Amino acid sequence: MLDTASSAAAARQHPPLRRPGPRILVRAAVIAALLLFVLLALPQLLSLYYIDTMTQVAVYCVVALGLGVLVGRVGLVSLGQAAVLAIGAWVAARLLFATTQPYPLVLLEAGLVTMAAGTLIGLPALRLRGLYLALITLMLAGAITVVLATTNFPNGGHGFLGYNGAAVHIPAIRRPSIAASDPAYFRYSVVVAALMFLLVFAHIRTRPGRAWAAIRQSEPAALAAGINTTLYKLWAFALASFVTGVAGGVLAGAVHYLYSIDFPAQDSITLLAVVLMGGAYSLWGAIVAALLLELLPALLNNWGVSADWLTILFGLGVLQVLTTAPAGLADQVPKDLARLGRLLRRLPAGRRERPAPPGQGPAQEPAGGPR
Amino acid sequence: MTGSNAIDVAGLTVRYGGVTSLDGMSVRFEPGTCGLIGPNGAGKTTFFNVLSGFVRPSAGTVHAFGEDVLAMAHFRRARWGLRRTFQTEQAIENLSVFDNVAMMHEHSGLGGRTRRQDVLGAISFAGLDCDPGAAVRTLGAAQRRLVEVARAVVGRPRLVLLDEPAAGLPDEETEHLAQVIRGIPDHTGALTILVDHDMSLVSACCATTAVLDFGKLIASGPTARVLRDDRVIRAYLGTAEVT
Repeated sequence: MLDTASSAAAARQHPPLRRPGPRILVRAAVIAALLLFVLLALPQLLSLYYIDTMTQVAVYCVVALGLGVLVGRVGLVSLGQAAVLAIGAWVAARLLFATTQPYPLVLLEAGLVTMAAGTLIGLPALRLRGLYLALITLMLAGAITVVLATTNFPNGGHGFLGYNGAAVHIPAIRRPSIAASDPAYFRYSVVVAALMFLLVFAHIRTRPGRAWAAIRQSEPAALAAGINTTLYKLWAFALASFVTGVAGGVLAGAVHYLYSIDFPAQDSITLLAVVLMGGAYSLWGAIVAALLLELLPALLNNWGVSADWLTILFGLGVLQVLTTAPAGLADQVPKDLARLGRLLRRLPAGRRERPAPPGQGPAQEPAGGPR
Repeated sequence: MTGSNAIDVAGLTVRYGGVTSLDGMSVRFEPGTCGLIGPNGAGKTTFFNVLSGFVRPSAGTVHAFGEDVLAMAHFRRARWGLRRTFQTEQAIENLSVFDNVAMMHEHSGLGGRTRRQDVLGAISFAGLDCDPGAAVRTLGAAQRRLVEVARAVVGRPRLVLLDEPAAGLPDEETEHLAQVIRGIPDHTGALTILVDHDMSLVSACCATTAVLDFGKLIASGPTARVLRDDRVIRAYLGTAEVT
């Protein structure tokens, strides 16, 4: 017992927690610059075709973000996110036709309604994990797809469903008055996406994020830490569904006309594939995933290549990610670039050292090498 | 039993199908650091899992400081003051050292006002000399163990369960760990139960020790006397021919 007090006292003088240093400021500055570029310069540089494509990217990076929270942060594989997106789009479209509410309010309501529905979809997650949860969510997504195929999306009709099958002239889903043109709506969707990223960022950096990290690694450890795993799993589903619902609302205004055929159940599988490829654990990964999902087909289409090739490409991509880069492109590309940089820097130094005979002891390491 | 400052276990029985891992275990753990030893499969971890709420006993009670532990929902026991470490270390890899400990603190029912200070205090009590902002996945095995210990002492613990904290550690690190473990009751006021196969660690840390064999309590009392007990030697080394 004697040395305990002294060792504890000595241990008490450890360095305090690192304050947010210049690295974080640099990171914030880079993000701000990127956001300004996307908001101000990008619409000037791109044709209308690519502006529409980038609006889709803004929508789907939020969807990927939600799935990333589930898969990457909590370890819950959901194959129903395309159906969740459809719910958000449906609710937003219905509200936009039925009311004159301001657009942000509609987005919020669409998010909240989708949150309720998505949390219901997440209920099986309390009992199931892995393959079985994926299957159940896929079945639910299939069921929602079937329901949407019969009810159809609202097109200005009356009643609860708001669908008028006999309509000859279908009114377009309205956009906010400040963002009626395509470039303006692109900016609008980027701002909404940025807000959703901020919301998720605020979650993963605080209490829920820590709880999710614990649940993902080990549920016993999470329970032993006093984490109500039921609550936090549902919370993850609620957050993912909320942002996906908001994205659905943005999508409704972006395309003007919604058709149930645009939300096939297999989209959920493609979505999971690109999220894994982009990097489920990273927020940047969500943006990479959306670029893969929306920009790549648009490019191929422009070049006259069939977008069906993408199915093969995504399949190969998922294989590659699962075998060699489990954290996805968002993690792997910077690492590979850094490795390339080190290699290039070492080349001249390595060449000078090469003539020296081997086995000469510590002076062997080239001057520019690591360590 | 109210107002008691000890842990009273009475008739605790756990059955998995046909296997009885705990067979009417009755023992009293006094304040301070208590050892719990026994051969592999004796039921030590099962006992911890009962306390954590992962395993429901078929019979028996556990009263800690006069309160019925088994009546609490498992995730509420941390708020009550139960802490544990795991046989296979469970520091959360994707979080920093600070966040690992903060995660425990924010579910312990204490306010956020003293969190930073409490967390840093627990980290330094464990003798972790790394940057608190460092990600746990960058740490070595010994430091990860200490992260778990820091998690176990943060936020007013009342009962700390350490499940083979020294497993796989080199002697030097075990010595440091022993110092930290010995300090837990004084530092936090918590009753600490240590399960380990390293008898020098148990002797160094625990005034009293209980011994389980095939789910039955075969000895308990002052550590030195328990370790010389014939039944304990037989349980570890085999049948009577040894003597």
